[in-house]
Amino acid sequence: MAAVVLEQLNKIYPNSSHAIIDLDLDIIDGEFLVLVGPSGCGKSTALRMIAGLEDISSGVLRIGDRVVNDLAPKDRDIAMVFQNYALYPHMTVAQNIAFALKLAGRPKAEINERVQHAAQTLQLEPWLDRKPGQLSGGQRQRVAMGRAIVRDPAVFLMDEPLSNLDAKLRVQMRAVVARLQRDLKTTTVYVTHDQVEAMTMGDRVAVLRDGRLLQVDAPETLYERPADLFVAAFIGSPAMNLLDVGLEQNGDQLEAVLNAGRLIVPPAVLAARPGLLAYAGGRVVVGIRPEHLHDPAIGSDHGPARIRGVVELRESLGAVIDLHLRVHAKPAVTTETRQAAGDIELLERQAQVGESVVVATVDSRSKARVGETVELVVDTERAHFFDPETGQAIWD
Amino acid sequence: MTAETTTTTTLPRSVPTGISLGLGARIHRRLAAVPTAVLWLIVGLWTLPSLGMLVSSFRAEDAVKTTGWWTVVTDPKLTLDNYRAVFSTAGTDSPDMWRHFLNSLAIVIPATIIPIALAAFAAYAFAWMDFKGKTWLFVGVVALMAVPIQMSLIPLLQLYTGGAHLTIGGQTLTLFPDLNLAGTPAAAWLTHIGFGLPLAIFLLHNYISALPRDIFEAATIDGADHMQIFRRLVIPLSVPALAAFGIFQFLWVWNDYLVALSFIGGAPDKAPMTIRLATLSGGRGQDWHLLTAAAFVSIALPLAVFFALQRFFVRGLLAGSVKG
Repeated sequence: MAAVVLEQLNKIYPNSSHAIIDLDLDIIDGEFLVLVGPSGCGKSTALRMIAGLEDISSGVLRIGDRVVNDLAPKDRDIAMVFQNYALYPHMTVAQNIAFALKLAGRPKAEINERVQHAAQTLQLEPWLDRKPGQLSGGQRQRVAMGRAIVRDPAVFLMDEPLSNLDAKLRVQMRAVVARLQRDLKTTTVYVTHDQVEAMTMGDRVAVLRDGRLLQVDAPETLYERPADLFVAAFIGSPAMNLLDVGLEQNGDQLEAVLNAGRLIVPPAVLAARPGLLAYAGGRVVVGIRPEHLHDPAIGSDHGPARIRGVVELRESLGAVIDLHLRVHAKPAVTTETRQAAGDIELLERQAQVGESVVVATVDSRSKARVGETVELVVDTERAHFFDPETGQAIWD
Repeated sequence: MTAETTTTTTLPRSVPTGISLGLGARIHRRLAAVPTAVLWLIVGLWTLPSLGMLVSSFRAEDAVKTTGWWTVVTDPKLTLDNYRAVFSTAGTDSPDMWRHFLNSLAIVIPATIIPIALAAFAAYAFAWMDFKGKTWLFVGVVALMAVPIQMSLIPLLQLYTGGAHLTIGGQTLTLFPDLNLAGTPAAAWLTHIGFGLPLAIFLLHNYISALPRDIFEAATIDGADHMQIFRRLVIPLSVPALAAFGIFQFLWVWNDYLVALSFIGGAPDKAPMTIRLATLSGGRGQDWHLLTAAAFVSIALPLAVFFALQRFFVRGLLAGSVKG
């Protein structure tokens, strides 16, 4: 049990690429912290620095009350689970799990007992005498977990441990890992590029981009109050719709001007985000989550705001339907949205012709069909606003 | 099976189109059989002389010198005389064959085990440890493979008999003591170690550096130092490479004549089997029928070593370690 504190951590490689920039992170004792970001954002590097597999270029790393910058990995009281398991292929499952204890010179009886206990926890008992090559992917993953928990370390470090599993197994193992962590109450740093894993597993989630920490918050906060465009675009599936709009003052109310129409900024939003007034006459990025677009034919009590578009694609997920609408509105093109976009060229082409594809997650009873022009209700009360230059969320 | 699938892809395109499918298929089948047939031909060519030698070794001197070995089919008269002659010391001043067999062992055992051990350490260091000048040192070691052994025979002999001394301004510095090694097995195996090491390091380095990095990192985090990683991970996982080099080095040293002749040639009682084999045939080669039996005596151990070690050529040793 220990807190992990990163103070102004930097990683500069000999080829002078700056992988981690001034990383400050305060991981509380017993917390499950998820490091998330696109590939190349430095999340794995950060984890490897905590593990001691990468040197720290500058800054201070504390585990518990010790500065561990110059300590060897084995002296840091950590255990790590690797993405591709990294099992010792010539040893049995029991030997794999016992390896660290054996190296530490623990008595045989104690090793046996702890291996048995770990195997029990992870339901590995029937396979203790097998070699890794005889196990399935999920079993190997559990052996890798067993190797970590048997040592009862102060900190678990996990580097995308589930990314090699198939989708169904990944969902199961997600629960296994999360429950295990809750039972053991061991501080855990978990790296993933999968935002679903990040949202479902973490007590807090830290979003990294280009070696910088953008935001670290509880998953709900991250979702409800993204600090900047990148976090907004990265967290959530389907992703938040981000439109580049003009902001006009009309009497005492603000209106967001899309090519397709106008959205009135509700007074409650304006009260929460007084900073918006400064953007009157300028441009902002408005963000609307897919689930905040509704089919007006279903339910009542809808506000007046509407957005109109042609249905390009209808994806029925059973419980809900994702509608992809071609809308007359410019998509937001910034460094952040470009990085979060799957297809940068498409995004730029859309910006050129002033059309975006807006995704709406609507009730499964919706009758909208492909090719139809539909009008959807916009829940403007829950819209997000960002500065198009800095990418920061606009609050005060 | 394999031959068939390979030729499917290499079937020449010049097969005229328009001929009946039956003929095309027949041509294909003929061509598909070619690689297998060639293989059998090579096997036959390779084995036939050995078979001839084996048969000859059991034939009497007269028969060997007057008729071909295949006449044994019509005139099967076999004898163990050649083998008796090889093992006897009558009429010679050299010790019996067993002595030479042991002499060979005294050279081949250290000359095989020591370079493998040293090379495994070096290969691990070159592959997984960081130190200054690593690249150039490795290049240097690999470059040593190009040194011809003939060029170093005289300098080595001088080193073994007189040591190496450097005299500067009346002060003599001993770089290598005078151990008077000439005519001892040590002179031979030291030389074999020196000339075996570069290739051993090169081969083992290629293998060891290809082991997945993740398991080394996992072991580091589990608390293993370099020695423990080497002993508990690298050695067990490198068994196929160690066995392969072991076989090669064993065969080279066992069959070596040049080094043995140069360093032990003057001491017949210390000479390995290869030297004895050469003298057996007589000054003018008149006793060459004895060579047939001697060769089979000499081949016995290498065969045993080969079959003993070949089971270590296990594939899939790394299975299940890392994904992808």
